[in-house]
Amino acid sequence: MDKDKLERITGQYEQWQEEAGKAKERKTTFKTVSSRPIKALYTPLDTEELDYEKDLGFPGIYPYTRGVQTNMYRGRIWTMRQFSGFGDAYDSNMRYRYLLDQGQTGLSVAFDMPTIMGYDSDNERSLGEVGRCGVAIDSLEDMEILFDQIPVDQVTTSMTINGPASILWCMYLANAEKQGISLDQVGGTIQNDILKEYIAQKSWIFPPEPSMRLITDIFAFSADHVPRWNTISISGYHIREAGSTAAQELAFTLADGFAYVEAGINAGLDVDRFAPRLSFFFNAHIDFFEEICKYRAARRIWARRMKEKYGAKDERSLKMRFHTQTAGCSLTAQEPENNIVRTTIEALSAVMGGTQSLHTNSMDEVLALPTEKAVKIALRTQQIIAYESGAANTIDPLAGSYFVEQLTDQLEAEAEEYFRRIDDHGGVLKAIDQGFFQQEIADAAYEYQLAVDRDEQVVVGVNRYNTGEKAQIELLKIDPEVEMKQVGRLKQLREKRDNDAVNRSLKALKDTAKGPDNLIPKILDAVKVYATEGEIVVALKEVFGEYKEKPLF
Amino acid sequence: MQQLVAELLDGNRRAAARLISLVENDDPQKRELLKDIYPHTGKAYVIGITGAPGSGKSSLVDWLLKLIRKDGLTVGVIAVDPTSPFSGGAILGDRIRMQDHALDQDIFIRSMGTRGSLGGLSRATREAIQVLDAFGKDIILIETVGVGQSEVDIVKTADSTLVVLTPAGGDSVQTIKAGIMEIADIFAINKADLPGAERTTTEINLMLDMKNSEPWRPPVIQTVSVSNEGIEELWQALQKHREHMENSGRLLEIRRERVKRELTEQVEYLVKTKIWDEVKENLEFDDLVENIVHRRQDPYSTSADLLAQINFYDRGPGEGD
Amino acid sequence: MTAKKVRVLVAKPGLDGHDRGAKVVARGLRDAGFEVIYTGLHQTPEQVAEAALQEDVDVVGLSILSGAHMTLVPKIKDLLKSNGMGDVLLVVGGIIPEDDAEELVKSGSADQVFNPGEPLDNITEYISGKFYK
Ligand code: B12
Ligand SMILES: Nc1nc2c(ncn2[C@@H]2O[C@H](COP(=O)(O)OP(=O)(O)OP(=O)(O)O)[C@@H](O)[C@H]2O)c(=O)[nH]1
Ligand SMILES: [Mg+2]
Repeated sequence: MDKDKLERITGQYEQWQEEAGKAKERKTTFKTVSSRPIKALYTPLDTEELDYEKDLGFPGIYPYTRGVQTNMYRGRIWTMRQFSGFGDAYDSNMRYRYLLDQGQTGLSVAFDMPTIMGYDSDNERSLGEVGRCGVAIDSLEDMEILFDQIPVDQVTTSMTINGPASILWCMYLANAEKQGISLDQVGGTIQNDILKEYIAQKSWIFPPEPSMRLITDIFAFSADHVPRWNTISISGYHIREAGSTAAQELAFTLADGFAYVEAGINAGLDVDRFAPRLSFFFNAHIDFFEEICKYRAARRIWARRMKEKYGAKDERSLKMRFHTQTAGCSLTAQEPENNIVRTTIEALSAVMGGTQSLHTNSMDEVLALPTEKAVKIALRTQQIIAYESGAANTIDPLAGSYFVEQLTDQLEAEAEEYFRRIDDHGGVLKAIDQGFFQQEIADAAYEYQLAVDRDEQVVVGVNRYNTGEKAQIELLKIDPEVEMKQVGRLKQLREKRDNDAVNRSLKALKDTAKGPDNLIPKILDAVKVYATEGEIVVALKEVFGEYKEKPLF
Repeated sequence: MQQLVAELLDGNRRAAARLISLVENDDPQKRELLKDIYPHTGKAYVIGITGAPGSGKSSLVDWLLKLIRKDGLTVGVIAVDPTSPFSGGAILGDRIRMQDHALDQDIFIRSMGTRGSLGGLSRATREAIQVLDAFGKDIILIETVGVGQSEVDIVKTADSTLVVLTPAGGDSVQTIKAGIMEIADIFAINKADLPGAERTTTEINLMLDMKNSEPWRPPVIQTVSVSNEGIEELWQALQKHREHMENSGRLLEIRRERVKRELTEQVEYLVKTKIWDEVKENLEFDDLVENIVHRRQDPYSTSADLLAQINFYDRGPGEGD
Repeated sequence: MTAKKVRVLVAKPGLDGHDRGAKVVARGLRDAGFEVIYTGLHQTPEQVAEAALQEDVDVVGLSILSGAHMTLVPKIKDLLKSNGMGDVLLVVGGIIPEDDAEELVKSGSADQVFNPGEPLDNITEYISGKFYK
């Protein structure tokens, strides 16, 4: 902008400010859901430094601020991927087939707590938990049932599994082979992001070091044998849901991403050999603009650092592809139908932010796992955005907005500041050990709670317009029989399989765990002879030990 | 109440827990209870564990518990965390590290808030030790608050004191508080998996070289409490120190000192309580204050007069039948 | 506040890792002057009951979002009873469907169930009300 024009605008801005200052405002400060103060007006003065070519560029072109594909949703709509799973493998198989029939384009498996934590359904710690929060998978047999009649070369599957990711992945691969599909035809994602487990989701099993080794083993095996697989989904979702702000979600997630890159490089892998298969997972919270800016900033930071710091050359290593889920924690138990509206706003922000796939929460999110009806509305929400709203017609439609560009820059700067602080702690693992992330998140979560309790953060139906009416919607009930049935089937499996083969495979696994070789082939061997998840975890725990956290408040 | 003590001696865990609460809450019957308990104490060996916040005290206790139990000994743990000076509330989190032992009936773990005490322990830690001692625990581990503003209490309370340090990274340990060198019977350099452990160990050893540490020179032991390294050695060192304390007569000596302090404190406590009980009844107290404020009297002769009026010959508070 | 401090055990029984609520509540209780003992995650009912006993707490607070409450809460209540702690206040928070909440209270397993959206003040006042009349 030329100097004269700038001065003119500055003058006019000041004049406007004076006028605006005379009028009374509703509140003393206007803030985002992350407590970020927002100005009344953004003008060219806020984006003065912005360099279109350097900072924004074009879709599909470095630094990818405007999107990772050249034609984005004009080419293909994002993948609609509803996270789902409950009961046993039979129940969930039915739900998946229903969702595919309804036009869903990818699958996303939710496992139950015992599976997430590496316990078999018949472990005493699993009592009362089997099939309640997701589907119970103990062995390859369950995996075969789960994907019965689902062609895994045509549908991509995302699996939300971390501590035992290698095991469930091997079961998935073994099942594909049994379906007669070669591994290079299989596509999907495992979450496999252990760092955010220590930081936010808290479903760890092993300590950080062996966990990181399992991850780099997966990187290496996948690069050689399962090239279409996304080996990790580096997740900000859980960080945000644990209570972080938008800037923390952005910064911590990217910091984790860079830590995996460094781990891969330190394990002797060439960065361009594994980085193209890294994918991300973000939250779509209720503050519409801040979220959009978060995604845009994320792409730009990733591309810049990957190129400049890690010397990645393959374009695919620079492109941040991500999945998004709307914010469960923004939803309310009170007047659950309102959640449809919240989810719509959130989903729209993810689309405006250029997500590659999307999960929309169901209106009964706060009350239970979703009913078929609730999931259908959630899926329809995405379809309406995709095909009716026009939001998918043009790429990165908010680019050039003074507000959006300024906020994108601001978020990038805040992330950089966090990276510095993480470096000061000696990197991500040390920062975890010192509780840095955990404390930041705990503080943000508490502040948010107090803001809601004091009515500073309005939540409609909770602290404003609360009618005290009870929710009148039908809920999904998990049949307690599921647990007994699952335990019974597991018992049968243990009787009918070749137990010598199982023991041999577990012994081989333990031996390999003690040395430096890749563990994945051994885990594959074990699952193929129907060793259970719990048995494999126990074997690995013997070598690796278990993690214990130091909680911070 | 008598009943509770009987149950305690009988090994009832609930009774032990209740008794600790009673002493912690300054129950009116506290002295009576402690009196009943006292004859049954003196058998437990008390190990204090102190060090900066997050240095790994609780993690070390967790591992020590395993070894102590393997030797067939029973253990009590008292873990102290700071009470918020603002709200008076506290979050006591040391226990989390030790929860794996929750079901071992021969381990008893109790968390305490400092409740205003500043010396690194809580007001009632010493009484709680007595309860656990009478309860029959062979070893009592005390984890102090990590705040580190003052570790004085622990030396007065423990038979052996373990100081937990962590590698200073690139920095020199010069910044270490002088007091720490005086109180440690054993040093653990925990988190020895982190860089700088060698250097910290060397520096502590150099500092020990410079002072006269006869007849006991504190060993400096590197530990990694995430992967159970150096813990055996640490436990051996603690046992060695105990032997040293016992054989050299030092244990008896410090316990004598402790009793002397305790007796003094008790006398002072009784005298104070007695005086204030009487003075409170003296309705003229406020008048005396007024007089002093206006310089009609002075505090020196007034206090002497007050004392002269007190009858010291009946028994102290809480002791009447 | 009196010399007697109310001690609250905040426990996460089962395999549930959702700790945002438990931690926010623990902090709220601390800031309201309670002494909170946090068990950490992934506790068995036996571990919870034993911690309650050794810590001689006045209140046991369970946070369960995993759907296992109908198994875990009654089990913990029974263990508390057999430890002679049947009358400690037992409160539950998390994702507890209304029917289940009613049943837990009616059967005497829980004294009170708190739901999502509950202001911290309501929780601290409820507990205070039971001890500082
Ligand atoms: C945040 C969240 C997460 C975060 C958790 C982060 C963390 N560290 O806590 C993440 C993203 C990691 C997560 C993961 C999962 N989640 Co989740 N999650 C939620 C969500 C959206 C909000 C929970 C929350 O923190 N709310 C904010 C806090 C402050 O509220 P609160 O916990 O309810 O606490 C309040 C009251 O309940 C009460 N309270 C709570 N505890 C206590 C304790 C005491 C003593 C007292 C007095 C009161 C009290 O007071 C609090 C203040 O008001 C809920 C749905 C929802 N909106 O509630 C799903 C939900 C709980 N999750 C669910 C599931 C299934 C999972 C997963 C198992 C998914 C999977 N298969 O992979 C994983 C497993 C995670 C794990 N390790 O256990 C289900 C549970 C289903 C069920 N019970 O039937 C829910 C209900 C969502 C759904 N409908 O599917 N989740
Ligand atoms: N790298 C490493 N980390 C450790 C080691 N020991 C403990 N930690 C970690 O350090 C943190 C603190 O451990 P705690 O045992 O709780 O420390 P503490 O001294 O009891 O802490 P406070 O009671 O809060 O003062 C935890 O996150 C542990 O996992 C160790 O040997 N190596
Ligand atoms: Mg500790």
